[in-house]
Amino acid sequence: MRQPTQPEPGASPSIWSRLSTITDYFAWPLRTSHYLELVNPLWTTHKLQARVVKVWDETKDARTLTLRPGLNWRGHRAGQHVRVGIPANGKHYTRTYTISSPPEREDDCFTITVKAIDKGTISHHIVRNIKVGDYLPIGLPQGDFYLPDAQPIQPLFITAGSGITPAFSMINSLIAQGRLPDTHHIHYAPHEFDVVLGKELKAMDRYNDRYHLHLIYSREGDDPSRNRFSAAQLDALCPDWKDRDVYACGPPSLLEAIEQCMAEAGCSRRLHVERFRAPFPEVPADAVGGRVRFAQSDVEADGDSDTPLLKVAEAAGMNPPHGCRMGICHTCNTTLVSGCVRDLRTGEVLNEAGSIVQTCICAAAGDCELDL
Amino acid sequence: MKTHQYPVDLTDEQIEEFGNELEAIRNEVFDSRGDRDRAYILKVIKTQRTMAVSSRFVIYLSLFFIPAWGHALATWPLALTIMGLGVFALGIAKILENMEIAHNVLHAQWDWMKDPEIQSNTWEWDTMSPSDRWMHSHNVVHHTWTNVLEKDLDVGYGIMRVTPMQKWKPAYLLQPIYFILLMLLFEEGVAIHEQAIDDHLKGKNKLKDFTPLLKRIGYKIWRQVAKDYIAWPLAAALVAIPISFYVPFSPLLVFGMVAGANAVANLIRNIWAFTIIFCGHFPAGAHNFTLEQVEGETRGRWYLRQMLGSCNIEGSKLFHILSGNLSHQIEHHLFPDMCSNRYKEVAPRVRALADRYSIPYNSASLFRQFGTTWLNNLRLAFPGGGEPYEGSQSQATPS
Repeated sequence: MRQPTQPEPGASPSIWSRLSTITDYFAWPLRTSHYLELVNPLWTTHKLQARVVKVWDETKDARTLTLRPGLNWRGHRAGQHVRVGIPANGKHYTRTYTISSPPEREDDCFTITVKAIDKGTISHHIVRNIKVGDYLPIGLPQGDFYLPDAQPIQPLFITAGSGITPAFSMINSLIAQGRLPDTHHIHYAPHEFDVVLGKELKAMDRYNDRYHLHLIYSREGDDPSRNRFSAAQLDALCPDWKDRDVYACGPPSLLEAIEQCMAEAGCSRRLHVERFRAPFPEVPADAVGGRVRFAQSDVEADGDSDTPLLKVAEAAGMNPPHGCRMGICHTCNTTLVSGCVRDLRTGEVLNEAGSIVQTCICAAAGDCELDL
Repeated sequence: MKTHQYPVDLTDEQIEEFGNELEAIRNEVFDSRGDRDRAYILKVIKTQRTMAVSSRFVIYLSLFFIPAWGHALATWPLALTIMGLGVFALGIAKILENMEIAHNVLHAQWDWMKDPEIQSNTWEWDTMSPSDRWMHSHNVVHHTWTNVLEKDLDVGYGIMRVTPMQKWKPAYLLQPIYFILLMLLFEEGVAIHEQAIDDHLKGKNKLKDFTPLLKRIGYKIWRQVAKDYIAWPLAAALVAIPISFYVPFSPLLVFGMVAGANAVANLIRNIWAFTIIFCGHFPAGAHNFTLEQVEGETRGRWYLRQMLGSCNIEGSKLFHILSGNLSHQIEHHLFPDMCSNRYKEVAPRVRALADRYSIPYNSASLFRQFGTTWLNNLRLAFPGGGEPYEGSQSQATPS
């Protein structure tokens, strides 16, 4: 695993960072890294990029990209996600994808598996247009959805659709380390031909005695509703599920059902969930929007009670800093000057001047003023 | 009905209609921005960076042809020719950076891409003026108040009389000299082109009122000087020290040659930028305005003023790129945040619109535009030349 070039706090600066302080005098007002980029975009330190080295169509609407990250990359833990910058129609978009490959991969590359979702311009763009040789800006691995290192656990993975990716990375990582415990994996897909990474899953099932795969095709059979997740189904497929640590990743409806089932069985502590998109609770009917003022830009706009402030700002012609647009990366953090905003994920209301506001997941709750 | 005081024979309604038609052109272009435009700016940036770094190594290369080396090709003519090529390329790279890239990025022309690397609020450019200071004096002051006396600091830059409306004073007798000096020291001139400094010279504020500003400008100047006149020459001189034990030349000569080469490259950029920029608003035919004229100005009238106050230069595709598309000054002033590669596309439409409304569209060759700018400068060094303007009421009363 490569070491990050940013020094750890307290550590003395590395030779490279000292050297680049000097060479930056030659490159001013740019940095040395901007010129290294001309030779090889993977050598940059001012931004991290990855080269697309392979594209592989998993299904008719899912594609796996193999990415070779630049020098500043550090290894991920199986199950973590990464932010990826995607240029589409001339614009730069940032999206977050789970890394689907295990960290034990030997060629320093990693993969992301993207499914084209309805109305998802960017996922469609990735699935259709990204080609080998493209360079994409990436972030560092993030997220706390990974297997604990220490205690031996018996995991049960419940995944659906492209929610397979973190589980795939975790299971493969355990196999690569030669310490796969007895593992059950229930995966939901509409049809057999829709199973993302299906071939690999079946191969893993065939060659590993301790890996038990249960593929469920939710739109096949006489009565598809019987194929939905339920406690009875769980009992049938994995009788000892109450003793297992459950790792779940999939659409909000599935996760809700699992959460409810685990709560009823009194095993909520054993449930670990990864959400692709934070589900926003119902905005109360009496919630009101208001006049949003962006102090630094001297712009005012109307924001309703469920439109994120970032969107309000963009609709008003501004381009405030932002990243993931789902409340993860905190690139969009700004300060509340006055007024009141609501966190759309938790429903929490922020009204203390000086509070940090994530504009991508907060909406106006009455009039408010932001330091943007 | 005609209530406005602009020098055109149009009714108020016609001016608004004219403005709406321009707005339609703007919206059409803004909606069609996409991959093509992104590819363009990325290509220009890559070309510029490659040119900048390789030209500096060509300058280094020329040092291996100093006669002291004693090999067959080591002659001054060859050494200076190679150095000249490097200097020329470095000058072009600096021109590209300042004009086609930075000027336009700082106008937020490329912000729509949302590319974190190409944003107006984080871009720093290869000149002594800090980009945010320049954005204020240029984007805010100059582009809003284009050619309005007492408001637009770019009308004469506080040292020249570029329109007979400015009242003559004896100091203007020296303006042909200022003209040449500003041409040669344009980079330095832009860096100190600040309202606060202008006010200080008129005794309106104290030095300590704007010390932080001076420190900021000072730091930018120091880094620019450190790059061109210390880092690059010193690296060559340090390598030359051990070599000078075997080859009879002085490391000081090497230092001086590289620093001199960089100075000439900066000079090329200064002269070119000055030439293009002075052709923007000062050639014969460009209008200036008074505060009374622009009072209560509507969007349509603002467009009209931009058009009357700006001048285009005609030329080839390469010429337009090297001028940062400021050769399309009219289009740039109408649509300051339109990405620059689109100006040449909208220029014929804007011109046709101007013809339809019988609004003058000042477009001519570089020779004509710069020639009249220069003659104008000479003429206005002396009193007269047209109707003077005594200063507006609001400005004349002490504030």
